[in-house]
Amino acid sequence: MPSGTSSWASKVLALLAKDLRAEFRTRYALSAVFLFALTTLAAVSVSLGAGGLPAAYLAVLFWVILFFSALSGLAQSFIKEAETKTAVTLQLATSEDVVYFGKWGFNLLLLLGLEVFLVPLFLVLLNVEVYQWWLFVTVIFLGSAGLVSSTTLIASVVAVAGVRGALFSVLSLPVLLPLLVPLVQVTEKCLTPGVMTPGTAELRILAAYAGIALTGGWLLFPFVWRE
Amino acid sequence: MWWKYLAGTLLAAVSVAVFILPPPQAQIGEASRIFFFHVPAALIGFVGFVFSAVYGARYLQRRDPAFDRKAAVAAEIGLTFTIIATFTGAIFSRVTWGMFWNWDPRQTSILAVLLIYGAYFALRQAVPFRDTRARLSAVYLLLAGVLVPLLFFVLPRLYPSLHPNNSLVSGGGEFAMTLPVGLTFGASLLSFLLLYFWLHQLADRAGRITEKLES
Repeated sequence: MPSGTSSWASKVLALLAKDLRAEFRTRYALSAVFLFALTTLAAVSVSLGAGGLPAAYLAVLFWVILFFSALSGLAQSFIKEAETKTAVTLQLATSEDVVYFGKWGFNLLLLLGLEVFLVPLFLVLLNVEVYQWWLFVTVIFLGSAGLVSSTTLIASVVAVAGVRGALFSVLSLPVLLPLLVPLVQVTEKCLTPGVMTPGTAELRILAAYAGIALTGGWLLFPFVWRE
Repeated sequence: MWWKYLAGTLLAAVSVAVFILPPPQAQIGEASRIFFFHVPAALIGFVGFVFSAVYGARYLQRRDPAFDRKAAVAAEIGLTFTIIATFTGAIFSRVTWGMFWNWDPRQTSILAVLLIYGAYFALRQAVPFRDTRARLSAVYLLLAGVLVPLLFFVLPRLYPSLHPNNSLVSGGGEFAMTLPVGLTFGASLLSFLLLYFWLHQLADRAGRITEKLES
C-alpha cells in the first residue's frame, strides 16, 4: 500500500490517463460502444417513425439502448490487458485498489462520453420532451455510476476467464435488474408533464445500488486479480 | 443416517397428508394444496443460493477445492428447486389470476434468481481451469448476493403484489394457519429441508468420486 492519499490518487489518475491514451490510439471500445448505440437507436427510431410515444415506453427504450450499448464495450479495458499480456505487468507495478478504481474511472468516463452523444440524439430522433431536467441529469448520472460499479468487477471476471462474446452481458444483466427498474420509473417521471414528485425514494435506491456495487466490487476485486 | 429414514417417511406422509389433512381453502378451493409444495420448494431454492454463496466465500478464504465443489452442488440443487417453484407458481397463478405470468414482484424476483443461477453455470462452463473457475464463480455469486436483495426494496414500488402471502394467507385470514394446515406445512418444509441435505450429500460424494477418477 502506498503511504499517502495523494500518491494513491495520483496512481489511480496515472492508470486512468494511460487507459485514456491507449483508448484514443486505437479507439476500439469507443467506436464499438458509440456505433452500437447509434445503430440501435437508429433501428428503433426508423421502426417507430416520428410519432410521440408514451413516456413509459420512452424510458424503457432509453435504458435498454444504453444498457446494451454499455455492455458491448465496458469489458474492453480489462480484456485488452489480458490479450496484450499487460495484466501481469500491471499486477507487479501497482496494487489492486489502484487498478480497480482506475478501471472504474475509465469505464465511467467512457459511459458518460457515450451519454453526451447518445442523450441529445435520443431526444431529437424520438421527439422526446424533458420536463424535469435536473432530475433527468441526476438519474442518468446515478444510473451510470451504478452500471459502471457492478460491471467493472464483472469485466475483470470475464477478462480473467479468458472468454469473449456474450458472457459479459449474461453475467451482468441479472445483477443489473435492481438498477433497471427504478431507473425506468424515475425517467418516466421526468418525461411526463405535470409530475412534480422528486422521486427521492428511487434516487436513494439508485445511490445505494452504486455504493453497494462499488464497495462490493472493491472488496472482491483482489480475489479476481491475484492468482 | 437416521435422518434419511425420517426424510423418506416424512416425504411419503406429506404427499398423502397434503390431500387429506388440510381442508380446501375457501376462496380458491382444491388448487390451494399446491401451496404445500410450492412454498417449501421456493425456500429450498433460496437456501441453495445462500449455501452456495457461503461456500464460495469459504473457498476464497481457504482455497480448498472441496468448498468450490460444495458451492456448485448447492447451486445445482437450488436451481432445481427454483425451477420447481417457478413452475408450480405459474400453475397456481394461472388458476387464481388467470394467467401463467403477470410480472408479480415474486415472479420477477424468482426470475432474477433463475438468471443468476444460469449465469453462474455459464461462467463455470466457460472456464477450463479448476482454480480460476472456483475463484471467479465464487466472486460472481457474492456480488450477485449483495446486489440482488435490493430487488426486494425496488419491486413493491412497481406493482402491488397479488402473491398469496399478501392477499390470502395473512391479509384476509382465509387461509389461516390452523393446526392441520400448519402441521402439514411444517412437515412438508422439514421434509424438503432434509431432502436438500440428502441430495447435497449424495451430489457432493458423486463429485468427489468424479474428481478422484479424473485425476
